Amino acid sequence: MTTKASGRELRPNRKGWFRPYIAGTWQLYAMMLIPIIYIICFKYKPMLGIVMAFKKYTPFGGRSMWEMDWVGFQWFQEAFNDSLFWKSLANTLILNLGDLILGFPFPIFLAIFLNELRSNKIRKATQLSLYLPNFLSWVIIAGITSQIFATSGLINNVVRALGGEAVPFLNQTGWWRFVYWFMGIWQSAGYSLIIYLAALMSNDPSLSEAAYIDGATRMQRIWHVTVPQIMPTISTLLIMQVGKVVSISFDRPFMMRNALVTDAAQVISTFVYDKGLKGGRFDYAAAVGLFQSVVGIILILIANKASKKMGQEGII
Amino acid sequence: MSQVKQTASGRAPKRMKESTGEILNAAGKRYQVLWSIFFILISVIAIIPILRVISVSFSSRDAIVRGEVFVLPVGFNTDAYTKALKTGNFLGTMGYSVLLMLEAAAINMVMTILMAFPLARRNLKLGSAIMTFCVLTMYLNPGTIPTFLNVRDFGLINTIWALLVPGAMSVYNMIIMRTAFRSIDESLYEAARIEGCSEFRIMWQIAVPLTVPTIATLALFYAVSRWNGIEDQIYYINSSNLYTVQMTLKQMIESIAISAEEGSNTQMTPENVKAASITLSMLPMLIVYPFVQRFFTQGIMLGAVKG
Repeated sequence: MTTKASGRELRPNRKGWFRPYIAGTWQLYAMMLIPIIYIICFKYKPMLGIVMAFKKYTPFGGRSMWEMDWVGFQWFQEAFNDSLFWKSLANTLILNLGDLILGFPFPIFLAIFLNELRSNKIRKATQLSLYLPNFLSWVIIAGITSQIFATSGLINNVVRALGGEAVPFLNQTGWWRFVYWFMGIWQSAGYSLIIYLAALMSNDPSLSEAAYIDGATRMQRIWHVTVPQIMPTISTLLIMQVGKVVSISFDRPFMMRNALVTDAAQVISTFVYDKGLKGGRFDYAAAVGLFQSVVGIILILIANKASKKMGQEGII
Repeated sequence: MSQVKQTASGRAPKRMKESTGEILNAAGKRYQVLWSIFFILISVIAIIPILRVISVSFSSRDAIVRGEVFVLPVGFNTDAYTKALKTGNFLGTMGYSVLLMLEAAAINMVMTILMAFPLARRNLKLGSAIMTFCVLTMYLNPGTIPTFLNVRDFGLINTIWALLVPGAMSVYNMIIMRTAFRSIDESLYEAARIEGCSEFRIMWQIAVPLTVPTIATLALFYAVSRWNGIEDQIYYINSSNLYTVQMTLKQMIESIAISAEEGSNTQMTPENVKAASITLSMLPMLIVYPFVQRFFTQGIMLGAVKG
């Protein structure tokens, strides 16, 4: 980077490289000032708040976080003896694994066969309609869910019109989980579909052509040519999702849950909210949150390592 | 994801592959038709939930109670909308939410550009250290409670700033922006500098105009996530006059009540009033979606390119 032509640089350079360098680039550093202050204040400073997990929270008396009494690992012990905590953890795993098993392969399947279609119109229309729910908030999706799955909802209307009994989709834990997964696919399939289609489109068509000329059937071509070409994308996305198996968003379970299915719907994020922000037990909730973060980071590191071992690009 | 790397320039990849060059025989044609039908079905199934909600909002009470409404309105009327618009000052909230969304997008975009432009310089000293400093925050999440305590320490609870400041920049999007800036030839900057341009002018008059597609995409991403965001409102806001459409909708769904006199000579029922409020909240998104989805499709592929 060259320095700006200003009078000062004509003097003999006593301070080495630093002065001319900063004279030419200080504006660049000035630009970053506000964002860096923001990152310190809102990304790094909150990390200090993690000490709350080892303190006894006293809401009154105006004591700062640092002046409160240390309690060591008391909250962690309490959490490990709290059956509700274990239930939240188990539910988090169940709901995430369901997303993984049911939700992960679906867009891959769609992308592979959509890619085989010759009609651009159908390809566009499918993309357009599947991607739309991605732009709706979970409040809206929860509202839509009850319009579809409630006892007076669309599916039960159809069931009754056919002479069947209404199915308690939203009131029974097993059915509720199914609805949770279904709406998850509905919301996110379009997004993944676009990623896979992009990967497929940049594939080299001559490979598939060569396979065709050599007499490969359509399924053989899909299996031996198309799938290996999008394998890196698949494994990257898979590893990312496996790495996140203990973390769960707040909006989705919070908006989808109802009083009848708390057994299935209480997850770590909603547990922390209920105990901490609603119940005022900041210390205990911070400990649960910290436990989740630590396990989450370990899992992501393992997943990253595994992906590098398998010869794929890491995700970090 | 090496395959999508060529999209780094900020454009969606052209479809390179048209067909495998084969001439369709009868089996091939049947295959095309069957899969076309399959995908049309999938698309219809994806749209039905939205259609259903809209239909219920326009249907009459009797039809809803008797379970006659499927995916088309029965007994068309707009009574539910009168109630939905009256409750919770829906139109006012809508205006406020749009304003908040625009503010958030502007703040986010300015912060993102200010950070990404210097970091895109290849020979900026400390650049990679600052980059690491940013990227680390993507993996080290302090958690809900420490974040809440931090927002409280800054005195932002129950102010509009709680919805704007804590999420003022996404490092992920900053990396995308940086990649876009990197695609600009730095000799352009050099020329401008010789002409006496300051770095700020170089940024606004050279770098920004050259990356408009990426900026538009990221601004839309920020806008949509603010529009749909609800988590921070649940955590930090408890006065309903700061609630956006999403929270207002949540309250309406939870507490809709039709008084006896309202119910007696109209077609209102909790069911269709709820559906009407959902429809109203979806409406802005449904209107802009056809025009902006192209940007989002691009945006996904930008994100697939790692910085």
